[in-house]
Order: sequence, then structure tokens, then C-alpha cells
Amino acid sequence: MSLARIGALGPQLRGWFTGRRLVIGIPYFWLLVFFLLPFLILAKISVSEMETVHFKDLITYSDGLLRLTLKLGNYVFITEDELYWRTYLASLKYAAATTVLCLAIGYPFAYFMARARSSVQPALLMLVMLPFWTSFLLRVYSWKGLLSENGWVADALIAVGADHLLAAAGLIPAAGKLMHTPFSLVLGMVYTYLPFMILPLYGNLAKLDLRLLEAAADLGATPWVAFWKVTVPLSKAGIIAGSMLVFIPCVGEYVIPELLGGPETMMIGRTMWDEFFSNNDWPMASAVAVVMILLILVPLAIFNKYQAEAQERGR
Amino acid sequence: MSRGTSAAFNRRFAVGWLVAGFVFLYLPILALVVYSFNDSPVPNVWRGFTLKWYAALAEDHELITSLWLSLRIAFMTACGSVLLGTLAAFALVKYRRFTGRTVFSGMVNAPLVMPEVVVGLSLLLMLVSVQRALGFPERGTLTIWLGHLLLGLAYATVVIQARLGELNPQLEEAAMDLGARPHQVFRLVTLPMITQSMLSAWLLTFTLSLDDVVLSAFLSGPGATTMPLVIFSRARLGLNPSVNAIATVVVVVVSIGVIAASYAIARAERRRQLEMAEAARH
Repeated sequence: MSLARIGALGPQLRGWFTGRRLVIGIPYFWLLVFFLLPFLILAKISVSEMETVHFKDLITYSDGLLRLTLKLGNYVFITEDELYWRTYLASLKYAAATTVLCLAIGYPFAYFMARARSSVQPALLMLVMLPFWTSFLLRVYSWKGLLSENGWVADALIAVGADHLLAAAGLIPAAGKLMHTPFSLVLGMVYTYLPFMILPLYGNLAKLDLRLLEAAADLGATPWVAFWKVTVPLSKAGIIAGSMLVFIPCVGEYVIPELLGGPETMMIGRTMWDEFFSNNDWPMASAVAVVMILLILVPLAIFNKYQAEAQERGR
Repeated sequence: MSRGTSAAFNRRFAVGWLVAGFVFLYLPILALVVYSFNDSPVPNVWRGFTLKWYAALAEDHELITSLWLSLRIAFMTACGSVLLGTLAAFALVKYRRFTGRTVFSGMVNAPLVMPEVVVGLSLLLMLVSVQRALGFPERGTLTIWLGHLLLGLAYATVVIQARLGELNPQLEEAAMDLGARPHQVFRLVTLPMITQSMLSAWLLTFTLSLDDVVLSAFLSGPGATTMPLVIFSRARLGLNPSVNAIATVVVVVVSIGVIAASYAIARAERRRQLEMAEAARH
């Protein structure tokens, strides 16, 4: 190659690194390396064999034989061992209960916020966001105090006899014992994730064209009918976005079950954590994580679809 | 029931629902603050007012060291997230078609909901593989930062993208028609209009990083313990008044910071809009 040609490469290279390529390329490359690649490695290690502290290679070549060794033992174990699939089911159940409760509390909340006087709406929004900015860990920790013996909420619930109701519903093992139960676990998750439900719903309901409701009223619909036939269908995107923002992270939640859950409220995030930190079984922890990803794959796809659509509409 | 009383009832019901919701959201914060002044080693039993837990904080070297580390990581995370998030938001808003756009937007949005234990474990496994092959990076500040950056990038992109999507493209087109080069258009027209959202994103990712437990637990190494890890290990063992005292300090500092920043951002935004309206009249 002559010097002149090498010199000509410079502008050519510069031409290739256009603004557009850099703007897309830098974050794209970053995410490929630090988000997608780790999942492939996770999947690989979940079928690897441990050899003291190292993993055996999946593909080996010796004596003219190319071998691919996949250790499926972990997956077989997860499907056969009752404890694992019951933990998966319990995680899905708690996440679903949390989502339904967040929607039941959050939808009216967001609706009333969106209907409040427009001068107070920024303040209300600020009030919803503010706890979200203060440490989530500390707020969950505080429930530990509130629900323990002599805690404010525990005292109040016991004073009105709500603990007997909860015990009858099977949410707590016995009246008077509120901490480390399914009740305290779901309460903590609802508390933590409620703003994630309220914010997308509010964003959606605040943009609702009120003339549509007037039109419904003019056509003879009662406010209740108009609400179910106009408002709710139009806020579908907000409902789905909020529900996925609550449901998906709840399935793999670790901190809340660890602080507020009990021995019988096993959740899969906690199981995976123990496999990794206590048993040091990295392939098993990876297999548990891969199955968790498979379980949330469909909700994840729905979330991404609605998120992308909302972003397209946003411009 | 007449229409008037029914409307009044609806109003009262709405106000009641909102108040109950806010009580639910703020009660734990209030309890944290109240019990930080409790002069009793037994939690939940009030024995009079004291400041001794705050005095003990100043002596708590484990906590102070971890706080500095957390602040350093949070600062770097916020800067990196805003930088990468601005690029990602631009890519998604300005370029409607490019190869793998769906994959890209999926990868940007997924960390918002992906359980942190999964993200933490997979990132750790990759970093360990890299370390075995190349001899670096050691688990510590750098690896925690990489994890937080992943989360921060997602949040920063969402915040900045929302703002970029609202912008009137005619402003940029007008600047281009008047002969501005692309980088000039960005610096003089686009950047001032998205500064507000970049600041919000910076604050949000800063607090996210300062608060994170799970990613830090997976990615930290010996000697790199962040403040949430210290708090978490204490909270796991039971109620601890020192945690209440830290909590109160965090709540006060963050509330003042967020309120002041939102006020400043809102004021700057109003001024900018006034200037634009003024310019449009001439």
C-alpha cells in the first residue's frame, strides 16, 4: 500500500465515524457488552460444570474429537425438586397479588390526582415522587418497626381486630403476629411499588380529553358508565405499563422478602441469592436465574412493546 | 340523593382517598424520624428524647467510609448515565430507522424492570470471566460503577427521551436553514432545551446509585462496601437506632436537595419560555 493511499484512509475513516454512527453506536455497543453479553454468559455458566473454582469449557477438542458438554443437571433438579417450583409459583403469586393491590389503590389515586385543580397537581406529583427519591431500603426497614410488637401499625391493626381477619384469611399464621408473614411481605411490596403504578397512570389520565366524557354524558351515559366505557379503555396503556413496572421486578425481589418476609414466604430472588452467596453454587444460581428470565419473558415483551409505542406517540 | 350532595360526596371521597394514600406513603418515613430521637435501646418503646444516636453517627467510621464511597460512585454514575443516556435518547428520537433499533430500545428499557438479582449476577459472571482472561477488573468500585451505570442509563434515557420527543423539530430545522452546522444546532438550540431534563436525570440516577443494595452486593469486593450494604447488613439483624439516625439525615438532605433542585429547574424553565415568547414577538 502506498503512502498516499494510507493518507487517503484518514478522511475515509473520519467519514465512516459520522455523528449518526457515534450517537447510535456508543450506547448500543455499551449495552451489547454490559447487558446482552452477560446474559449469554449466564446461560453458558448455567450448563457448565464446576471444577473446584473454575468452570470446565463447554467445547473441548482432544484426539480429533470435538466435544460439547452441557450439564443439564441443574435444570433437571429445578423441575424435579418440589421446593424450587413451589418457590417459583409463590413468587409469581406474590407478584400478582402486589400488582392487583397496587392497581386497586393506585388507579383511583392517579384518577383523583388527574382531576384535582391544575394548580395543585404539580405539588401532588412532587409528593408522590418524594418518597421514591428517599432511600427505598430505609423505607422498607421502617415497616419492620411499624409491624413489629408495639409498632404503630401493628398496634392499630390489633386494636381494630384486623389481625383476626388476616389470620382467618390465612395471611398471617396467628392473630397478633404480623411480621415475617405473607401479609408483611405483600404490604412491603405494595408500599414500595405503588409510585411505579401511580406515575404512568397519572401521566395517562392527565392527558385524557375531558370532552369525551362530556360527549358520553350528552349521549346519556351515567358517570359510572362513562368511566368504565371511556376512561378505563383509554387508560389501558397506563394500566399495562404500571402493572408491568410492578409485576416484573416483584417476581425477582430480594430485599423486601429478606427484611419483611418469613421462613415460609420463600421467593425466588432469595433462593438465587442463597445459592450464590451461601452455597457458592454459581451454575445452580445461574440456572435459577435463567428460569426466572424465561418466566418473565412474556411480561417483559409486553412492557417493551407498550414502552416503545408510548415513546413513538410522545413525539 | 340530589346532584349537589352527590358531587360533594364524590369530592370528599376523592380527597379522602388521596389523603389516605399519602399517609400510607409517608407514615414509614415519619416513624423513622420519630424513633431516631428515642432514648431507648429497645426499639418501638418510647423512653424520651435524645440526640445520642446522632452523636454516635459521627464516631461510626464504618458508616462514614461507606458513605464517601457511595457518594463517589453515585457522582460517577450520574455523570456517566446522563452522558450515555443523552446519546441513547438522541438515537431513539432522531433516528427512526437503523439496524437493530428494536433490540436497542429493548435493551434500553429492560433494565427498568429486570429483577436486580438477575442483572447483578449476570454482570458479575461476565466481569469474573473477563478478569480470569485479562487479569482485571478487580471487584470493587469500578465494577459497582459499571452495574449502576447500566441501571442509570435506562432511567436517564427515559427522562431525556421524553423531553426530546416533545421538542418542536421546526426550531432545529430553522437553525439549520440559517446555516448552523449540526454540532452548532445541538449546542445552541437542542442542548439548552433539554438541559432541564438532563439535570433531572442526573439527580435521579445519583439517588438511584446511592440507594442500590442488590447490584452493589454482587459487584462489590473486599474493601468496597457502600453505605446501603452497611445499612442492609444492620437492618437484617433487627431494628437498630443507628439506622434510624442515618435515615433521618438521608431524608432531610434528599428532601431539601430535591425540592431546591426542582424549584431551580422549574424557574429556569419558566425564564427560558419567557425569553422564547419574547423572541417570538420580535
